[in-house]
Amino acid sequence: MTRWAMVADLRRCVGCQTCTAACKHANATPPGVQWRRVLDIEVGEYPDVQRAFVPTGCQHCDEPPCLDVCPTTATRKRADGVVTIDYDLCIGCAYCAVACPYQARSKTERATFAYGRASEPESLRHDESRLAVATKCTFCVERIDAGTAAGLTPGVHPEATPACVNACIAQALAFGDLDDPASNVSRLLAGNRHFRMHEELGTGPGFFYLWDRADAEDTA
Amino acid sequence: MTAFGPAPRPQRNWDWRAACNFMAGGAGSGLVAWSAFDGTRPLGMALGALAVAGGLLAVWAEIGRPWRAMNVLLHARRSWMTREALVAPLLLAAALAAASGLRGAAWWAAAAALGFVYCQARILAAARGIPAWREPRIVPLVLLTALAEGGGAWMLIEAYRCVAPWWAWLALAALLAARLWAWSSWRSRVRTALPALAVVDGAGRRLQAAGALALAAWLLVLTSPLADEGARLLQAAAGALVLASGLWFKFTLVTRAAWTQGFALPHLPVRGAARRQGG
Repeated sequence: MTRWAMVADLRRCVGCQTCTAACKHANATPPGVQWRRVLDIEVGEYPDVQRAFVPTGCQHCDEPPCLDVCPTTATRKRADGVVTIDYDLCIGCAYCAVACPYQARSKTERATFAYGRASEPESLRHDESRLAVATKCTFCVERIDAGTAAGLTPGVHPEATPACVNACIAQALAFGDLDDPASNVSRLLAGNRHFRMHEELGTGPGFFYLWDRADAEDTA
Repeated sequence: MTAFGPAPRPQRNWDWRAACNFMAGGAGSGLVAWSAFDGTRPLGMALGALAVAGGLLAVWAEIGRPWRAMNVLLHARRSWMTREALVAPLLLAAALAAASGLRGAAWWAAAAALGFVYCQARILAAARGIPAWREPRIVPLVLLTALAEGGGAWMLIEAYRCVAPWWAWLALAALLAARLWAWSSWRSRVRTALPALAVVDGAGRRLQAAGALALAAWLLVLTSPLADEGARLLQAAAGALVLASGLWFKFTLVTRAAWTQGFALPHLPVRGAARRQGG
């Protein structure tokens, strides 16, 4: 089996938002909608302050709360773990948006463009079917599918890898098959201490955060 | 970009229109259930059905693609919203049949009303992105609030005709006491959802104050030598208080107490700093 997952190395992320921009470019999301975003978290008080940049978005959970609540079956989970939305079935009730603990879903009621009127590229890529329905990160599933069909490996070959991962300037983001012990993500998880967001909710996110070396457990 | 910040924030996806479904749907279902005990007078059934239909109409006005609304019926296996949508026509049909004089339909309407409001309670409980909603004890709270609201509405309607019988007052008092227990129980479990509590506590206090005033009205009706009009006026006031406080609580719960989970890092990244032994 294959279980696609993403890994974000919090030690490497510099908060440059290149992944956010790459996602917007790849998926043509409207202003205010970010399928891949980076949280800027500041902890502590002067002079003992730490800062962390946390890439987030849809976690493509093992047990997606959005899937259970969706009254239309528009939200589905594929065998490879990718959670999808059928825009033609979705009624835009936003129940999935309130059910998601990761604030990963958006609904845009009407067409909006960066500078009011649609520019030519915006006109070309405008997709009416994504209006007034739920949208979210797809792990660039079209790239995964086209890539694997062409014999490429997502996470290894850029053509088959989510745009945010390709764009990351610090190699903080990695993508791959969790069920393959030799994949890049499996090796990263084996070599580092990691956590998943809101693990206590039992959603089983497919998004892991690295925060320290595995061999540093005794001293950290 | 505070909207994407790590701290919890109020959800913006469900507004007053969604709240109307919980308010009118809950009170309407409660009224239908109460009216089943009194099948000879159809007004309660009709008004209850009207309220439920109005709530559904309000939420229909909120969804992004209203002309696809029938797709809501496609996920009965797992979605409580689908189940609510499936129960609604049964409730409306049975309540309207009862209102038209078919007495046998009244109990079916009451059963469907209970099913409808149970679905609504489970809709909130399944919304795992909102800590104040996902607490399982919201289910008895929403159920009992709906039944109490229905009782309040029933008392209000009955006041135009006569003083309610003792069993109705007793049932309302029992419901108010049960609602107080459900509120306290739910409140104790969501105490970590601090931003939500700050707003919901006010509505909760009004809920309990209205309950206490309704009970005081009952005692007055029982013990004072009031004229019939006076007793009915007290009854109407008590019913209106219970109904209004319940509606306000539901509005607050859906629109103002619904804060997101936010983000929380269990560990900060270890980078570029000296390691501390045992730190």
